[in-house]
Amino acid sequence: MNMHKYEKVWILIGSATLLFFLIVVGVSAFYMGNQPPSCAVTLDPEKVREHQLFKEPGLTEIGDNEYQLTVVASAFDYDVGTDDKVVQIPVGATVHISATTTDVIHGFEIAGTNANMMLEPGYISTYTNTFDKPGTYTLVCNEYCGVGHHLMYATIEVVE
Amino acid sequence: MKTAAQSLLKKVPAKDAKLVMAHMYVAFAALAIGATMGLLQVLERTGSFQLPSWLGYYQVLTVHGVILGLVLTTFFIIGFMFAAQSVTTGGYSNKERTAGWIGFIMMLVGTIAAAIMILLNEATVLYTFYVPLQAHAVFYIGLALVIAGSWFAVWVIVLRHFRFRKENPGVRTPLLSYMATVNSLMWQIATIGVAYSTIVHIIPWSLGLTETVDVLLTRTLFWYFGHPLVYFWLLPAYMMWYAILPKIIGGKIFSDSLARLAFALFLIFSIPVGFHHQLTEPGIDPFWKYLQVVLTMVVVVPSLMTAFTLFATFEQRGRELGAKGLFGWLKKMPWNDARFLAPFVGMLFFIPGGAGGIVNTSHQLNQVVHNTLWVTGHFHLTVATAVMLTFFGITYWLVPSLTGRVLTPVMNRMGILQTILWGTGMLIMSGAMHWQGLLGGPRRSAYSEYAGNADTLAWGPYQIAQAIGGSILFLGMIVMIIIFINLAFFAPKGETEFPVAEDHPNAAPTPAIFENWKLWIGITAALILFAYTIPIIDIIQNAPPGAKGFKLW
Ligand code: HEM
Ligand SMILES: [Cu+2]
Ligand SMILES: [Cu+2]
Repeated sequence: MNMHKYEKVWILIGSATLLFFLIVVGVSAFYMGNQPPSCAVTLDPEKVREHQLFKEPGLTEIGDNEYQLTVVASAFDYDVGTDDKVVQIPVGATVHISATTTDVIHGFEIAGTNANMMLEPGYISTYTNTFDKPGTYTLVCNEYCGVGHHLMYATIEVVE
Repeated sequence: MKTAAQSLLKKVPAKDAKLVMAHMYVAFAALAIGATMGLLQVLERTGSFQLPSWLGYYQVLTVHGVILGLVLTTFFIIGFMFAAQSVTTGGYSNKERTAGWIGFIMMLVGTIAAAIMILLNEATVLYTFYVPLQAHAVFYIGLALVIAGSWFAVWVIVLRHFRFRKENPGVRTPLLSYMATVNSLMWQIATIGVAYSTIVHIIPWSLGLTETVDVLLTRTLFWYFGHPLVYFWLLPAYMMWYAILPKIIGGKIFSDSLARLAFALFLIFSIPVGFHHQLTEPGIDPFWKYLQVVLTMVVVVPSLMTAFTLFATFEQRGRELGAKGLFGWLKKMPWNDARFLAPFVGMLFFIPGGAGGIVNTSHQLNQVVHNTLWVTGHFHLTVATAVMLTFFGITYWLVPSLTGRVLTPVMNRMGILQTILWGTGMLIMSGAMHWQGLLGGPRRSAYSEYAGNADTLAWGPYQIAQAIGGSILFLGMIVMIIIFINLAFFAPKGETEFPVAEDHPNAAPTPAIFENWKLWIGITAALILFAYTIPIIDIIQNAPPGAKGFKLW
């Protein structure tokens, strides 16, 4: 099988670029710790509220400008611990998010940030995000969960 | 009276043509219904149009996804592959054709069963039917029938290929036949996952025979199928680009061996990669996610080969016609031939489509776009434009060839108009979707003002742009349906050839290794086992208590 000279060059450059790219992605993931949200911690989806993390959802300070935010999603609501569905976070704070669902699959996306993960019954999803820019962010559901899917939200206010 | 030249035209034998046309009717009916749903979606999402109370947004979206993503594609592809296989190998035996009809009827019955459940609002679970949303059992049984029917079809195609080999020892198999066989085998291997998940896990659960279902396992089996699904859509378009388009522009196949190599690589690397759809899921170890990301990216290599081959074919033909310089060939292409223009515009859309795909599968970058409208914009570039425009381009000669008619100059001009409408509409709609997705706009969502915050309100203008693009697309669909009906029933009688390109006269012989199916299937199976065995054992061993069904619509 013969290949045109230009084609060899084209494939070679393409493959080399690809290899470099995969190495960058790999180093970022395994050396710098930039992994997608994976946790593999399970719980009983029918006993979410009995789980220690989710007894009282909401924001808790756990260190110097370090917080834990736990959220329980259910059709069609995010329980973020406040009645008005607003959570205030100081700017620059590191927030460890843990969330789960009591019924079907939901999404968990804080629009305009990298906090974006799936919530699946029986699993706890975790992600750590630092909120560097003050502003108002909306937490939206980005996986179809039923008729009220587009009515699920909460507000994250990042304040000075 | 038939002249000698006419009887030499390559055509699908009449009995096979009927089988192919049956698939085409279903495919174009699906296009008409599906695109109408698409129009309703984009209008609803502007916020100034309300669906009637008896029709829910998500019901509409379920119809759109199922009928375009699953029905239109599957029926068109099987019809086209049936035709390509028949024309290049000399037609089916009665037994083979009967098996083809059985498959068609099973798929049709399955489609109707699923459609009734969706219309009764018993299956508003979208085309991915993720559990534990629980639809009526008949919906899942219908889908299972569609898959089982498609198995009849792909086995007819595969077995016809092997019969050709047996009857023509030492002869290289026709390129289109080889390609259809690769795509059929890939489909067979991939659908095992979703069939197993549906039949063994979901149907018993929806019938109440089992109480709970394993959410992550069924999702994983779905995506084991879901990614090869997109290649099942794409490879028939590649068949057209590699092995038919050269003939339409009057040229030759650039390289038979490279085309086969590309297809063999697609077979191997399309399947063990489903985790790139599950990157943001909690239950899968990041190492295995990364491994499948790497395997996914390998398809960049055959994709680069394809891009090179196609443009080399165009340039080679352009030079034959006297083109000079780097881009002189552009002037020599038959731009006013809809059979060329439609697939060519499709190819152009595939360039940003492919680039966006690399973003989607990039381990970390995925988090920026996962389940946002960016993804919806992405696959409207790839499947709904690159693949669809190619299929429309195929229709312009395939349907008249099957029905014994010809494409008139008026219809050709309609085809050009169709291409322009579809390209423009999709540019606007998909562009706006990509942009809104980058701003965080979620996919699969009816109109909503959420909390009324500035970030979500800023999405409004993009949704209006999508409605403009979607309306243009709707017009494009109407034009396409007019052309189809004309070619099926009203165009003047005549002979239209099924174009099959030939090798370049000084092409090197194709190495026999490409016909060594044991080798290619062996590598495919080994890679699947490597990429999936340990993670699936993990998923089963660490499974949380199962999930009960919910009907939340
Ligand atoms: C008139 C042309 C079309 C219009 C206006 C249109 C519009 C849309 C819109 C607005 C959505 C997203 C809705 C949402 O996420 O809430 C969507 C989703 C989708 N479209 Fe289209 N589309 C068109 C043609 C097509 C074609 C030709 C195909 C496939 C061959 C297709 C396949 C899909 C699929 C699979 C989805 C995803 C459904 C889901 O998320 O469950 N569309 N379409
Ligand atoms: Cu939702
Ligand atoms: Cu994929």
